[in-house]
Parts: sequence; structure tokens; C-alpha cells
Amino acid sequence: MELLKEVVKPMLAGFGITRRRLAHQRATISYPEERREQYTRTRWRHVLTRYDSGLERCIGCSLCAGACPARCINVEAASNTDEERYSPGERYAARYEINMLRCIFCGYCQEACPTGAIVLRKDFELANYNREHFIFTKEMLLEPMPLNS
Amino acid sequence: MPSRIETVVLHDSATPILGDLQKGGNVILTTAETLINQARANSLWPLTFGLACCAIEMMSTAGARFDLARFGSEAFRATPRQADVMIIAGRVSKKMAPVLRQIYDQMPEPKWVISMGACASSGGVYNNYAIVQGADQIVPVDVYVPGCPPSPDALIYAILKLQEKIKRGKNLKKFSDLRLIETTAREQELVSS
Repeated sequence: MELLKEVVKPMLAGFGITRRRLAHQRATISYPEERREQYTRTRWRHVLTRYDSGLERCIGCSLCAGACPARCINVEAASNTDEERYSPGERYAARYEINMLRCIFCGYCQEACPTGAIVLRKDFELANYNREHFIFTKEMLLEPMPLNS
Repeated sequence: MPSRIETVVLHDSATPILGDLQKGGNVILTTAETLINQARANSLWPLTFGLACCAIEMMSTAGARFDLARFGSEAFRATPRQADVMIIAGRVSKKMAPVLRQIYDQMPEPKWVISMGACASSGGVYNNYAIVQGADQIVPVDVYVPGCPPSPDALIYAILKLQEKIKRGKNLKKFSDLRLIETTAREQELVSS
């Protein structure tokens, strides 16, 4: 009788906690199979966007490079000609490079951009083996051409 | 007949067995290597090297929501002797650099390094006299994780990348390459000569 009171009863009380926890929602997100929903203002990988016509938004003004606190953006501008037209304005970015390892994803480039060319999207899977792979060139950053153009 | 099988089949019977393995036992070794690499990749014990805010995300990775234990990495070790992978989380100051190197040297082979976050990988915004511009100036880094700080999912992605790298293997030539036994550099020299 003593045993029942001293041992079995507290044990059952302990298992009761376990049983109650079983009904709770599972906390773990099994990451590679299922993704959590990223927050609306999450900032990850940069993308250089285009207009619907397929022309690049970037005009090569280097304001993003100026705003960058890590100094990880390099822009070299060139002039558009009528034969080779990349952006609607006078100039376009001939080179656009971001050092992803130095970037701190603060989003200042996005804020500074007058045409909304550079935006930070939610693709976070950036880890890689070599340092060289982290210099993202314009080709890697540019959005693919819109289908209707 | 492929050359690596040839070396096993047409072996010199006068040489000792261990010598056989060392000379051309790739057939045996690659099979063993696959198994051993599977074991190694799926039980990576990280060494916590939390130097700054990235360490908070590293802790969060081991927590219930992201649960690094699903990949066999739940046992975070604060001692280098029991760790396989060093996660450098945070900016490495020049004062910390010799400590980092010593801890790395104290880890048993085989060992890997993940450089977590912008500061550890490249210095990040701290391009100044106090911060090492990239942990790879001090230790060999296997996987770099950009981000400031990288979210737990980004770190898990890096660990999965590292597991891929370990499972891929190295196409071993000799027995000591398996690194089952801890050997000093001098001993490895003797074996290979």
C-alpha cells in the first residue's frame, strides 16, 4: 500500500505529463523536406529585376554600392546605344557584382535603388565550398526574361 | 582489366598484407571508405566556437524547432577532443586567431570546419585592423555560410553540404588515408615514404 502511494502514484503523475505533451503540436520543422514560411520582410539573396518588356531596371548609378555598409557591391556602368539597349535610360550596368560573403543582407541597396532594380528575395540556400563561388555576377543575379516578351 | 584491380590481383606475394593494402588496395578501401564516410557524415559532432551573434543562431539550430539532432549532430562539444566539425560562428579577432588555430590543432582527425556568417567567412562589415578578414586565413574552411547571421535553416543547409562532401570521399590510395588511427605528421611521412 505504501509502495503504491510512494512510487506508483507519482510515476503515473509523471507519465501524465508525457501523455499531455503528446497531444501538443510538433515543434520541429523537418527542414530539407518541408520549409518554414519565411517572414514577409526576410532579406536573403539579391535579384536584379526587369521590366515587363524584358529591359533591365538597373541604370548603373552605383547608389547601391554607395549605400552598402560592407562595401560588397561593384557596379561599372556603360552607355546604352540604340543597337544595344539593356535598360530604358541612358546608361546600364555593364558589370554588377556582389560579394555574398561580405554582404550582411541589410537591404540598404534595395532602399537606395531609384528604379527598384535590386531586391532581396527569400532564397537562403547560399552555402558553398569555395570563396570564389560567392562573387555573384550580373548573369547570376539577373532575373530570367519574362515569358511574354 | 582496370588498373586498380590489376594491382590487387597481380600482387607480389612476398610483400606483407598491410603492404598490399598500401600499394593498391583501392577496391577494398573504397568499399570501406563508403561505409566509414556514411558513419562519419551522419554523426558530425560540432565544436561550438561561438564568437558573436551567430552563436545565437547556432544554438537555435540545435533547439527543438530546427533540431540539428535529426542529422546526428546534436552533441555540441565544448572540448576539441570530442568534436568533428568546428563551427566558427562570429567575427574572429586577431587576438582570437591563435586560440582558434590551437583549438583546431587539438581536434582529432578527420576534422572539418564550417565558417558561419559574413564576419567569420570574410570579415563582413568589420574591414578594420582588429578583425581577421576570413577564418580561412587561419584554418582550412570546408563550407562557407553567408548571412548576417545565417538563419538556422541556412546553417542546416551548410551542414547538409558538408555531409555531401564527406560522403563523396576522396578515392583513397593507401590504408592510412582512412585515418582510422590518429597519426602524427612524422608517422604519416614514414608510412608514405
